[in-house]
Amino acid sequence: MSAVIERSLAAEPPAAGQRERVARAAHALAAWIASPRPWLALLGFVLVAGFWHLAVEVWKLPRFAGMPGLVATWREFTSRDPVYGLSLYTPEYYVHILASVRRVAEAFALATLLGVPLGLMLGWSRGFREYVFPVFEMLRPIPILAWVPLAILMFSGTESPVIFLTFLASFFATALNTMLGVESIDESYVRASRCLGARPWQVFVHVVVPGALPSIFTGLQISVGVAWFSLVAGEMVSGEAGLGYVINTSYTNVRYPTIVIGMVTLGAVGYATSALVRLAGRWLMRWRAREHGDAR
Amino acid sequence: MRAEAPRRGRLSIEDVVKTYGRGEAAVAAVDHCSIEIPAGEICMVVGPSGCGKTTLLNAIAGFHDITSGRIVLDGETLCGPGRPQARPGADRVVVFQNGALFPWKTVLDNVCFGPRMQGRAGAREIEQRARALMAEAGLAGCERSYPAELSSGTRRRVEIVRALMNDPSVLLFDEPYRALDSLTRSVMHESLLQTWYRDPVTIFFITHDLEEAIFLGHRLVVMTARPCRPKAVIEIDIPHPRDYGVLTSPRFRALMAEASALVREEAEQAFAAGDAER
Amino acid sequence: MNLLADPRTRATRRALVSLVAFALLWELGARSKAWFGVAVPWVGHVPPPSAVLAAWVRLLGDPGYWQSWVASLLRVLAGFTAAMAVGIPLGLLLAMNRVCRMIFFPVLELLRPIPPLAWVPAAILFWPTQELSIAFVTFVGAFFTIVLNVVGGAGAIDVRYFQAARAMGATGWNVFRRVVLPATVPAIVVGAAVGMGITWEVVVAAEMISGGGSSGATGGGMGFFIWNSYIGGAYEQIVVGMISIGIAGYACSEALRRLGARVTPWLVRA
Repeated sequence: MSAVIERSLAAEPPAAGQRERVARAAHALAAWIASPRPWLALLGFVLVAGFWHLAVEVWKLPRFAGMPGLVATWREFTSRDPVYGLSLYTPEYYVHILASVRRVAEAFALATLLGVPLGLMLGWSRGFREYVFPVFEMLRPIPILAWVPLAILMFSGTESPVIFLTFLASFFATALNTMLGVESIDESYVRASRCLGARPWQVFVHVVVPGALPSIFTGLQISVGVAWFSLVAGEMVSGEAGLGYVINTSYTNVRYPTIVIGMVTLGAVGYATSALVRLAGRWLMRWRAREHGDAR
Repeated sequence: MRAEAPRRGRLSIEDVVKTYGRGEAAVAAVDHCSIEIPAGEICMVVGPSGCGKTTLLNAIAGFHDITSGRIVLDGETLCGPGRPQARPGADRVVVFQNGALFPWKTVLDNVCFGPRMQGRAGAREIEQRARALMAEAGLAGCERSYPAELSSGTRRRVEIVRALMNDPSVLLFDEPYRALDSLTRSVMHESLLQTWYRDPVTIFFITHDLEEAIFLGHRLVVMTARPCRPKAVIEIDIPHPRDYGVLTSPRFRALMAEASALVREEAEQAFAAGDAER
Repeated sequence: MNLLADPRTRATRRALVSLVAFALLWELGARSKAWFGVAVPWVGHVPPPSAVLAAWVRLLGDPGYWQSWVASLLRVLAGFTAAMAVGIPLGLLLAMNRVCRMIFFPVLELLRPIPPLAWVPAAILFWPTQELSIAFVTFVGAFFTIVLNVVGGAGAIDVRYFQAARAMGATGWNVFRRVVLPATVPAIVVGAAVGMGITWEVVVAAEMISGGGSSGATGGGMGFFIWNSYIGGAYEQIVVGMISIGIAGYACSEALRRLGARVTPWLVRA
């Protein structure tokens, strides 16, 4: 074969180095700031917040009469001695955040530890799926909060039922997405591994698990979102601390700005936990990052 | 010139029939197919889309069962009466149409996969051999890359090295170059032959592309439209080693003419029958 | 042919076996206190399926039970329809108009993580009646899902469809009506199915909270029914309510899926 062809067939240059990747990211950031994007987004926030402020505190529209205003809430949030007891500077604020986060973390961890293996088994073994999936699918449509009274009956105390409910919601989402992930693996990978001499358990470890990982992480992100949903509901019904509890009691104790503080905090913390899961996924699946980054 | 014929890799497909479904709804994919492939030969199988040649390959590899007949490798029955499905194994490695390099493993891990799973040699030994084989194939330097970072041509070559690491008796190719553009494809052909000259295993290669078939193979089996059966066998008597200059030689063109006529009949039949692309 | 060996019925057989086993274990666990003297953890405190079945049969003749069901269903439909009516146009607008998207999408993304139930007190403050507050919260639950799915679906339309349409002379409104709308329908269907599930969750929760929390008697609906059964000590009815909602939710999602399939005949189903 000609020397020219041999040389050109020689290996590709190695993947982009670390420095190149950082430079590329910095360039992307600069381009983003220079584009209209961040300014338009800011405009969006200003419009919504502005409307809220105007409706409640300036025009004093009758429908909005009972609501806490933007300025009032902000002032409350940033004051060192808040009227209603909760602001950036009060330790109670962080106690409540921590209480909620701890519950979500516990429930999420449990749901992942049980849900992922179950999902893997459901996807991998037809026999297992035919036995177990019907029961699973029968329980899944029951709204999580319909379990509240049963949870109170089953578990003693106020903490366990809440964690159980949060766990249940996450569990279903995780197991289902994991199972779908296994089912979506291209059959060629399984076949290739078998004709390369892999035994069934090796196929499972080296092909099925990594192949299902993207779906598993999609499921985990959904699972975190669902966990927060259930947690807040659970805390509102039976709880002693936490953001859901804060929102509920703020309402009953007529501390309206605190309601908004609670809501916004919930949104922020929920977003942060979701982002954490996404980052963990990206780190575990580095092979995907390169696939999408360089392909563009 | 052909290297001394290796002693293993003799594949016999004896009167194989594969039918899907039962009774009224039965669909025949392979119809009394018999092919003898001596050890070390490159056997090209050509036929219209959907005729059932991939089914045959899958049966050899052990991914499907057969309805009747026998497949024998080096005297050992892979599947036959009493055992309808062969067991997939590293003696018959498949190179897939769309590539099946594991995206989540580096190239080196992919190449070492077979021997590691089989546990036949020590870790360092396996890695050394992998690096050597890759260097021979001109792939030194991409060990730590992930498959997604490589071009499709390079990926195919890695997959072939991965297969060869297992010292297979037969290499099964399922239209591996179909998704590549024709320029890359012709370069791949030369590369494959170079690899084969170093290590002449038996090759069972399915393709649509007549040029590819005649350039690579010792023998060309033309299959009928579904259900497939060998319609004709053409001996390709162009001497090895071959390079791309062969493509314009008169003998090559004569063979192309002969094969085209045969294949075209079947292709027209398949077209009329409305066979779907698979 | 031997029915037991037929592979086609094997899945059904196995499903039946596991469902029966599940019911048996449940019965044993629930009766463990009475039969064995010591209650199995968790399951031991739950009403047994035999009692649940008896209660259900009794409830079938009780108009209050059916009224609760209808009340919940109406709330679900109200909130869901509102979410679709606002969400789909908004989603399409955001998908089609880049400037609008860049303005409003970040705000939506920030509001989305707030769980719908966290909106309850704010909704009560804002809306004059409790019914409207529940409807609003239900709306919030489904709204974000629908908008996101519509934006995602419309945004993923292959640009070549637009090019083909324009090459054939279509402009503006026609492109929207004949390319964007049909191509987005599958995404709308998915968003609707997910949103429907969320709606049921929220309705049940809202009914429980508003009914069980403060003023009590008004409200009705399955969530309230369950909570009330708990307060009143009729534990079997709790489970009846749970299963009823599960069935209703599943029936709604299934109906949506069928409707979606009818509306998208071009999609090849596996």
